[in-house]
Amino acid sequence: MSQATLRVQKISGHAGSVPGEDTQRQFTVAKLIDTTTCIGCKACEVACVEWNDMPFSATEFGNSYQTMPETRWNYWNLILFNEHEKEDGSLMWLMRKNQCMHCAEPGCLEACPSDGAIIQYTNGIVDFQQDKCIGCGYCITGCPFNIPKFNKETKRVYKCTLCTDRVSQGLEPACIKSCPTGCLHFGSKDDMKELAETRAKQLREHYNFPNAGVYDPPGVGGTGVIYVLHDATQPELYGGLPKNPSIPLSVKLWKGPLKWLGNVAMVGGLIGLFVHYLRFGPKDRDEELKDSSEGVKP
Amino acid sequence: MSENADQILPHGRVLRYPFLERLNHWIAAGSYIYLLLTGLAFWSPWCFWIAGLLGGGQISRTLHPWAGLFFFYAVVRMYGYWAPQMKSSESDKQWWRSLGFYIQNQDDKMPPAGRYNAGQKALFWSFFYGALVLLLTGLVLWFPERIPWSFRWVRYTSIFLHPVAALATIANFMIHIYMSVFAERGAFGSVIRGDVSLEFAKRYHPGWYEEIMRRSATPRK
Repeated sequence: MSQATLRVQKISGHAGSVPGEDTQRQFTVAKLIDTTTCIGCKACEVACVEWNDMPFSATEFGNSYQTMPETRWNYWNLILFNEHEKEDGSLMWLMRKNQCMHCAEPGCLEACPSDGAIIQYTNGIVDFQQDKCIGCGYCITGCPFNIPKFNKETKRVYKCTLCTDRVSQGLEPACIKSCPTGCLHFGSKDDMKELAETRAKQLREHYNFPNAGVYDPPGVGGTGVIYVLHDATQPELYGGLPKNPSIPLSVKLWKGPLKWLGNVAMVGGLIGLFVHYLRFGPKDRDEELKDSSEGVKP
Repeated sequence: MSENADQILPHGRVLRYPFLERLNHWIAAGSYIYLLLTGLAFWSPWCFWIAGLLGGGQISRTLHPWAGLFFFYAVVRMYGYWAPQMKSSESDKQWWRSLGFYIQNQDDKMPPAGRYNAGQKALFWSFFYGALVLLLTGLVLWFPERIPWSFRWVRYTSIFLHPVAALATIANFMIHIYMSVFAERGAFGSVIRGDVSLEFAKRYHPGWYEEIMRRSATPRK
């Protein structure tokens, strides 16, 4: 058995157990993005496109630094620029590097029907396996962060891999490597949480950001990408970062109670009909010979 | 020579479904069975092997919506053929009250049904509305990437309603197959060859039988 298989702890659309579940001891990794020291240089965007060998993606010009409205199938890392007017009338520029959040409880993986098309490694990275993707787009609906993007030509869905190829070789993701201000960090989730809390405390106590805090939403079991925000009470300001994201209720209902109810009803229905036949038989038992032959004349 | 519904045939038989209605039924049946199998594959990991059997997940995903269009087309045709006959009548309530007798095969205790009994009418309408919901939600699930983020509730609704409607039609489907293949002998033949015996008509659809008899008694113009 390969080590790679043991590094998988969740598999989409999978019947039965998962080979790597609780068999290996690995750090859960995390990116830390300190939005308060981001200068919006987009080095991380370029590094992402370069490292992952992605084709050119046309930019849009709308009198702002925002080169495109949202991530694309071939543009996994995008800084969102938000001009925020404070209560005193002064301007704040909120910049947030947006990418897959690598949720501990991923909505994409939950919604995916294809065996092994989405996997979560024991280090927490959620990765799409395009060779197994059937292009149904359920992941698009399952994701609370609007991350998986559909490619019309290949009919498959793509997103940030958290540079799993680099991480498996002990390197940090390409975006982290390229950051000139040190606002991006990478390490174990525990270390990143500690660092983030320290920074948030500093912002609260020394920089006059009383609401500064860490974004690690519990609704999706915590994320593999955590943010330090100037105002953690209003994450929506940062390009629509959801305040309390979770897997959509309808997806949970569909994959939970409805699936149980449906399976019981379908199997129960088959058994019920079979037992009915055993008990009562066909309606025309006594006349079947007559009916299958000539019948009566009018 | 064209076939007319309710035409009395030699050997004591009567035409229940003319050729085009039979053909349409099998367009619906063929596409529905494909939709059911691929749908079950997407429904549960325990059924995903079915997609492999049918050429793989990608092919199943690609063809499922197209089969859906065929199915819906056939359902619309059915509406045209049969909707007028599926209007509920006074005796239908009586029929539902006597459902217990029907289940226990005591058909002599049932109120006389017309061309369709109340159960068949209910089956028709739930298939019709089920197909409508499946079409509308299916179109959303066909192109989820085209639904803007601010309209994501449309996707959330569709992803739930699609399997709900599918399950409703599966319940219909199982009863339909059971009744036509196992319970009422002669019913399956009616949708293959088109005719049933007058005995069959008299037994299961007395109202219809009387109508045929009345019409055959009056000379045609």
